[in-house]
Amino acid sequence: MTKVLVVTSGKGGVGKTTTSAAISTGLAEAGKKVAVIDFDIGLRNLDLIMGVERRVVYDFINVIQGDATLKQALIKHKEVDNLYILPASQTRDKDALTTEGVKQVIDELKEDGFDYVICDSPAGIEKGAHLAMYYADEAIVVTNPEVSSVRDADRMLGLLASKPRRAEIGDTPVVQHLLINRYAPNRVSTGEMLSIEDILEILAVPLLGVIPESTAVLQASNAGRPVILEKQSDAGQAYADAVARLLGEQKPMRFVEEEKKGLFARLFGK
Amino acid sequence: MGLLNVFHHQRKPSSSAKIAKERLQIVIAHERQHGRGLDYLPLLKKDLLEVVQRYVKVSDDAITMRIEKSEGMEILELNITLPERSESKSSE
Repeated sequence: MTKVLVVTSGKGGVGKTTTSAAISTGLAEAGKKVAVIDFDIGLRNLDLIMGVERRVVYDFINVIQGDATLKQALIKHKEVDNLYILPASQTRDKDALTTEGVKQVIDELKEDGFDYVICDSPAGIEKGAHLAMYYADEAIVVTNPEVSSVRDADRMLGLLASKPRRAEIGDTPVVQHLLINRYAPNRVSTGEMLSIEDILEILAVPLLGVIPESTAVLQASNAGRPVILEKQSDAGQAYADAVARLLGEQKPMRFVEEEKKGLFARLFGK
Repeated sequence: MGLLNVFHHQRKPSSSAKIAKERLQIVIAHERQHGRGLDYLPLLKKDLLEVVQRYVKVSDDAITMRIEKSEGMEILELNITLPERSESKSSE
């Protein structure tokens, strides 16, 4: 049974693509067959984060318009088995993406035995964002501990309850998960950043994971390797925990408490 | 610097986060109310007005409606102003 999972946020720049790349890679490492689709038509970036930008030949729109088969367009990840990337088109024609086209691609992925289809949503609440969530069974809403992204996350949660096909046909609702990204426990303890508890109280959605603010994320994107492959990094480990939770495991949240400094470090450290 | 930080750390947190939380709670509560109301409120208002107009001659703007939320309860407040001498439309 294929699960379609949308990664969305409303606000741009909160880490949707980073999260899509990490979660899809983690699921594939766990033995699932995974396709990750970039829905950001005109502003393709998932290919860069996944490190496959030089291997893009055909894209999502080519498949929808019948210029290429899905098999031709899917890029197989070199390092991780069972992981396939479907890049967005760089066309400026936003209407190229259609409900029927998306359905056709997702149906074909289901027939091909994919366990997960990850839809990397564009920012905003326009057509691309709607289509990314339309066929979703589950949703990961990414937010930062910051007012505008929390507000936008709330808007997306409202849309997720009413816009997807599941809501239209009266099926069970899209399962919602919250992922807090760029969390800085030391700034929370000084009272200058919203805490996990603050955000959960406002949004009231089950927490899938908390990713700490980390230098590893930029380094990973520089190199074109999903950060979850950096096994030693805090962000990589936090994403691995989130993937485990998605698969039903119980994992305590890590990297959510301020690191305790010794007296020496507090006297002479930064 | 280091020495000062030891004391700085003990200080009561400057809670801009607290302000952020309060502002968010207010704006989100407002937006959720609107988001839900917008869907059906205008239609409900139109239907209700039609029913009332079957019995009483009231103008189209004689009806006001709003949703109020308090303590986990939502109240739909409906206000219809009847004309001074309401003429019954129904036959005897």
